[in-house]
Order: sequence, then C-alpha cells, then structure tokens
Amino acid sequence: MDSRITEKLSILADAAKYDVSCSSSGGKRKNENKGLGNAEGMGICHSYTEDGRCVSLLKILLTNFCIYDCAYCVTRKSNDIKRTAFTVQEVVDLTINFYRRNYIEGLFLSSGIFKNSDYTMERLVRIAKKLRQEHKFNGYIHLKTIPGASEELIQEAGLYADRLSVNIELPSEQSLQQLAPEKNYTEILQPMGAISNQLILAKEEQKLFKSAPAFAPAGQSTQLIVGASAEKDYQILQLSNQLYKGYSLKRVYYSGYVPVSADNRLPIITEPPIIRENRIYQADWLMRFYGFKYNEIADEQHPDLDLEIDPKLSWALRNRHFFPVEINTADYEMILRVPGIGVKSAKKIVSARKFAPLQFDHLRQMGVVLKRAKYFITCQTKSLQRQDYDSELLRRKILFGEGSVRSALLTQQLDLFRQAG
Amino acid sequence: MYLYTYDGSFEGLLTVVFEAFERKAWPTAIEQEHQAQPLLIGETIAVTTDEQKAGRVWRGLQQRLSEEATQSLFHTYLWEHTGFEMLFFEYVRLVFVSAGNVEGNYTASCVLQVQQISKQVHREKHRMEAFVRFQKTADGLFYATVSPDFNVLPLIIRHFEKRYADQRWAIYDTKRHYGALYDLNATSLVSLEASALPPKQQGILAPDTLDEEEKRYQQLWQVYFDHVNIPERKNPKLHLRHIPKRYWKYLSEKQPRFLSN
Ligand code: SF4
Repeated sequence: MDSRITEKLSILADAAKYDVSCSSSGGKRKNENKGLGNAEGMGICHSYTEDGRCVSLLKILLTNFCIYDCAYCVTRKSNDIKRTAFTVQEVVDLTINFYRRNYIEGLFLSSGIFKNSDYTMERLVRIAKKLRQEHKFNGYIHLKTIPGASEELIQEAGLYADRLSVNIELPSEQSLQQLAPEKNYTEILQPMGAISNQLILAKEEQKLFKSAPAFAPAGQSTQLIVGASAEKDYQILQLSNQLYKGYSLKRVYYSGYVPVSADNRLPIITEPPIIRENRIYQADWLMRFYGFKYNEIADEQHPDLDLEIDPKLSWALRNRHFFPVEINTADYEMILRVPGIGVKSAKKIVSARKFAPLQFDHLRQMGVVLKRAKYFITCQTKSLQRQDYDSELLRRKILFGEGSVRSALLTQQLDLFRQAG
Repeated sequence: MYLYTYDGSFEGLLTVVFEAFERKAWPTAIEQEHQAQPLLIGETIAVTTDEQKAGRVWRGLQQRLSEEATQSLFHTYLWEHTGFEMLFFEYVRLVFVSAGNVEGNYTASCVLQVQQISKQVHREKHRMEAFVRFQKTADGLFYATVSPDFNVLPLIIRHFEKRYADQRWAIYDTKRHYGALYDLNATSLVSLEASALPPKQQGILAPDTLDEEEKRYQQLWQVYFDHVNIPERKNPKLHLRHIPKRYWKYLSEKQPRFLSN
C-alpha cells in the first residue's frame, strides 16, 4: 500500500459523501460460514461526522471519472476537478481491513460512469462478488446501480448486495431534463421496477425452497435532491408515496442540495436547505410509521411544509376537531397523532392503561413529554390546559410561549435527522 | 430489619431472593459482603451462593416474564449503581406476589425504574458495539480496551462472536479488570495481572507490538473520516450528542492526525 491510496480515498470519499444514505439496517445475512461479518438486523453507526450524520459504511465511489454532465453533481464531466479510480483489489482490501477493526458495517459503493454503464457496473459487481466469495464476507453491501446498466448485471448485483439503489435524482421529469439531460425517468424507473419484481420473486422462491438464492435482502432505496429544482413539498411527498407503494422501496432519501457548483442551470443558493430537508424526513416518517396519508400532510392548499413547526403539529392545528384525545380510551392510532407523543410513548400508554386509569403524573413518570401534548389531550376528562385556544394562538403559544419549547422542537428535528441517516 | 449480604455475583443475588422468600423475612437492605456495615439493630443474614436455589428463582421468573423483562432484570444487576439490589428485589417480589404479568405496569415505580435502567444499560451496550476499535497486533490478535459506564462486557460478547468468527480478538475492561478472549472456537473470560497492564491504559498498544500495517489503516480511517464530512452542514452540537466526549478515547478518528502522509 502506498500514499496513492490515501489520495484516492480522499478524493473518492469526498465525491461520494453527497449521497446521504449510510444506512446498514434491514440486512438478513448471518455469519453461517464461519466467515467474516454479520449483517443481521439493525445497522450500527460506528461514528458520526462533524455535521452529525451517521457513519456506518465505507461510502466511496469506484471512480469519479464520468461521461455525464448532471448539473447538481461534483463529478459531472464539465467540472474541473482531479480524477482518479480505485482498482477492484484496493476496494476489497479497504473494506476488509476497516471491517475487521470494527470501523464499519460494510461497503456502500457507487461510481461515476467510466467508459460506459456496463463497463462500470461490471466492476462494482466484481467487487461485491469477490468480497462474498473469496473473503466469505457477510457484512453489509449496498451497491448503487449505474444508470443504463443491463438487466443481467443488475440481477447479478442483487445476488451479492444487501441493498440496491437507483437514484430518482430529482422530483420531476421536467427538472431531470433540465439538470441531467442524459437521464430520463423511464430509464430510472425501468431498473427500479425490475429490482422490485426480482425482490418479490426471490421472496416467493424462498418460501418454497429455503436454499433459493437471496436477492438484495435489505431491499432497494432511492434518493432525490431537494432544493435544486422548483418542486413543492406536496409534489415530493406524492412522488415518494408512489415510490413506496409502486416499487415497494424500503427508503426514499432526501438530500438537501449542497451548492457544489456555479452551473448556470441551478438556482443560486448559499446554504443547503437543511430545515426543509428535516421537515420532509419528518413527513416521510409520518407516512411510514404514523399512519398518515401523504395528502393529509401537504396538499394543493398547503403545498409546502411549515418550516417553523413539525408536520404533525401542523396537521393537528389544521384538524382541531379530532382533539382533545382522551388518553385512557382513545385508539392507539389516535394517540400516535397527538403532537409530542411518539411511537414509544404511545405504546407505553396503551400498555400501562390496562393496569390503572392514567393520570398526568403517570404520563410524566413514563417520560411522555407533555409540553405540546397537553394542549391536545385529556386524562380521565381532566386537562392541564385550556383546550379552546384558536389554532393561531396555540401555534404561537407552542412556538414562543415557553422558552424551552423551541429548542425541544429543534432537538426532535435533529433526532429525526439522525434516524434518517 | 434484615440485612442480606452476598458475594456480588448474579447467582448470589438470586439466592438472596430465594432465602428471603423461604424465611418470609423481607430485606431492608442487600449488600455485598466486603462492603456491608454491621447492623446495630436488626439481623444480618449472610447468604452463600447456591446455584440450584438461584436456578429455581431464575426459572420462576422466566415462566412469569417475557425474555425482554428477564433481560431487563439482568441489566439492572449490570447497572451496578447503589441500591440496585433492593430495586431488583422489589421487582422480583412484585412478580411473585401478583396474579398476572406485571411487566407493562409502569404505574408501579420499580417496574418503571427497571425499564429505564435497562434502557440506559442497553444504550451503553450499543455504544460499545459501535465504538470498540480493534488494533491488530503482530501475532494477529485484534485487541481493544473499554471502560464502560456499566458492566456491559457480558452483553456484547455474542455480538462480536457472530461478527468476527474468523479472527482472534480480545476486549478488555480496564475499569473492572477483566476481559473476553475469543480463540476461533470459544470465548473465555480472562483477567490480567494488574502489573501486566501499562499504567493508565487507554487502548494504546506500544508500537512494536502492533502489526506493521496497523498504523496505516488507522491513518486511512482518519483520512476517510475527514473526507466524508460536509463542512456546509457542520453541526457540532448534534455531533456531541451522538458521541459524547467520554467516548472519544476509543476512536482512532478522534486522535491527533498522523504527521506523515
Ligand atoms: S451520472 Fe452520476 S456521477 Fe455522473 S454526473 Fe450524473 S450524477 Fe454525477
């Protein structure tokens, strides 16, 4: 190993970092061959970057040479930067040696398009294959499929990878045409559909034959960039909803656009839209774990998420007729919809109320945060707060009324941001 | 007033439960033998650890509780903070005197406390699984030291056995002076003579005992860590919330940068 590796690693980690996903969860690969690694269950964050994101995987590009010219991407052809490429063996060695020291859960490999799509994809697949077969590596592997790669290669990739992703890139076809003229939705959705079908097929086969080969057991995900084009949050959530439903995606990742270039196709911004990105993650969370429909969170009348308050509170303020909710009798689903009450608290409430009628003190002891919830609940018909404030006043009370509320909101945002990692 | 003393082991604590029920003499305090102060009034009962009695209590708990709840009780033992024995006892007593399952009853303060402690211990376990950093020694052993807030080493062994089935590794708790050593077949608990450890050991092995590539990989990891960062999104507060400073000693990416390239 020589100092060239250090340089390559600097460049190719730098270029990969804008792909926000670093998740290593959902894996099912057990260490059954007395090999190296285990990717069952929840992924682990082995470190956190100074911007607070989880570091779970060795996330690198194979190369930052690229024949395409996507405006939002540092690696685009027209950008004047230093180019380099790893060899297959170099990536394998780095992965294995980082993994053995407990630095990482595995590898997230992506690449610029070198020569052509299949040429590049073939190398990604070769790395994954080598790790699995020669090194008996059972750690996590996430491969990003290269746009335009052949279906055979994608299928082979699924045999070695835990997760595959095809990035949708931008929230509408029109924006894609403007900013990434070589790409189009058909070419993106086609492999996404193929992977989705393969996933279903492999699952059915495994039901019949236990030995049937697994195909990307942690499923597929995608990413879209927020703030590089003009779409409203409403359109973004609608698209995510379709992707979750139509392509059974595990995750849609949202990446607040970091101004990486002065390309004149892009809006001029100086800072990434971090709060907006957090709000979209919160909305995504509400769709996946809180039983909200996308058009309850945003619609044509309210096309953008409120940046000052989280989308659940925002929904509650628009729908006061559902409140107050009586903690001792309401359905679990309704308790989940109370601002400030999360999945864990809701579960505890439902469990504890079987033993005794709950009072506010019980809730406090259980760690239920009442700062916002108190405006929306009763305990045995008693309430801590007047419930008849109008929504505007309530919003102001929650935002400015008590000094600590704002920071509590912020902390919660950051939590969601972390989970989104 | 009854003071029970025991040898500090988990089986010992379960034996205390057995004896207390046998005598219907409920403890006012439970203490480890070497720490116990003699009582001026009341009776001191010195319990000798008995695996059979301990086993009966444990099986009784397993029958009445979910695996998660028995784990929480074990976590309470590993928590090690003053008073954990009485809390443990109160919970167990509630289990045996109640007709139904008590584990979701957060209106009982011992149930709630055990649940909260278990959460803390679990969090520390998870942090150790994340932040342990092995260094490869010249003879091929992957070695790490820890000094966790709670005694979580017994909880993390399974995780590392599954993960590193094909490499020899050791994790040593420098606070409690014992460690786990995996030799490709099984893991054993080992205890080094205090003199065999360098003073103030913080997981830094002498350079001549390391594999020749070790420094190189630590350096590459630092390079990687520095380059995944997005400066435009810097957020030191959030960073510290995820990795409180007391964990930095484990992390090679948080050590001074190597001078050479
Ligand atoms: S194809 Fe990928 S790597 Fe190449 S410019 Fe477009 S986004 Fe960047």
